[in-house]
Amino acid sequence: MTEIIVVTSGKGGVGKTTTSASLSSGLARRGKKVAVIDFDIGLRNLDLVMGCERRVVYDFVNVINGDCTLKQALIKDKRLETLFVLAASQTRDKDALTAEGVRKVLDELIAEGFDYILCDSPAGIEKGAHLAMYYADRAIVVVNPEVSSVRDSDRILGLLSSKTQHAEKGEKKVQEHLLLTRYSPRRVAAGEMMSVDDVKEILGIDVIGVIPESPDVLSASNAGTPVILNENSDVAHAYEDAVGRLLGESIPLRFIEEPKKGFFARMFGG
Amino acid sequence: MGLLALFRRQPKSANIAKERLRIIVAQERSARGAPDYLPLLQRELLEVIRKYVNVDPDAIVVTVEKEDGHEVLELSVALPEKKAAAT
Repeated sequence: MTEIIVVTSGKGGVGKTTTSASLSSGLARRGKKVAVIDFDIGLRNLDLVMGCERRVVYDFVNVINGDCTLKQALIKDKRLETLFVLAASQTRDKDALTAEGVRKVLDELIAEGFDYILCDSPAGIEKGAHLAMYYADRAIVVVNPEVSSVRDSDRILGLLSSKTQHAEKGEKKVQEHLLLTRYSPRRVAAGEMMSVDDVKEILGIDVIGVIPESPDVLSASNAGTPVILNENSDVAHAYEDAVGRLLGESIPLRFIEEPKKGFFARMFGG
Repeated sequence: MGLLALFRRQPKSANIAKERLRIIVAQERSARGAPDYLPLLQRELLEVIRKYVNVDPDAIVVTVEKEDGHEVLELSVALPEKKAAAT
């Protein structure tokens, strides 16, 4: 059984690509066969975050147009045996993606025996974002604890419940999860940032992960290594927990409370 | 700054954010999936009603609700309270 998961958000810059790279790597590290597809046509970036930008020969649109086979376009990850990347096209043609074309590629991946297909959605609610979510079984809505991101996420949740194949056929609902990024427990404690519970309450869906704000995210994208592979980072552990939850494990949330400072740290401003 | 100001707490900005979001999200959810003519309908109805009663622009709420199979257009107008003494 293949599961199609869309990583989406509405708002840009909240961490969709970082999340797609890390979740797909985390799933592959657990032995799952994973394909991750960049739906951001014209603004290809997943390849950079995954560190395979120099190996892109063919892209998603090439496969749809029949310029190459799917096998030729899938980029095998250098670190993980069972992880494959399908890069976005850099074309400026807005109509390059079609529902039938996307369906064809997904069907072929399903036939190839992939366990998971992650669709990295572009920002916005235009065609690319629509097609990224259209065939999804599950959706991970990436959200920052910040007003515009939360509002946009609610818009996306509305689209997930009306503009997807599952919704149109009315057979079943797309399973929705929230993933909070750039979370700062210190600022939450100070009342300067909405908490996990606040966001959960406003949007009304379950939380699959909370990723703490950290400089490790930038370092990882600088290096082209998904941040989940940085064993020394809290961000990696938070993503790894989210992978576990995605697979049905019940893992309590971590990194949502400010670490307690010891006496000396408090006295001497550690 | 007076001593009292130290104790008078400013509302935390996170709480303000939450309250604002709660309202706007609820409002946008109720408008979701509704026909595009609804805001215009609401505005025109308001104009007509205001010819007779001086109601507040926010006093009119038009919603479309789906109830098993059929849609209900609901119009709610909150009339201003009568002045206590005649002027």
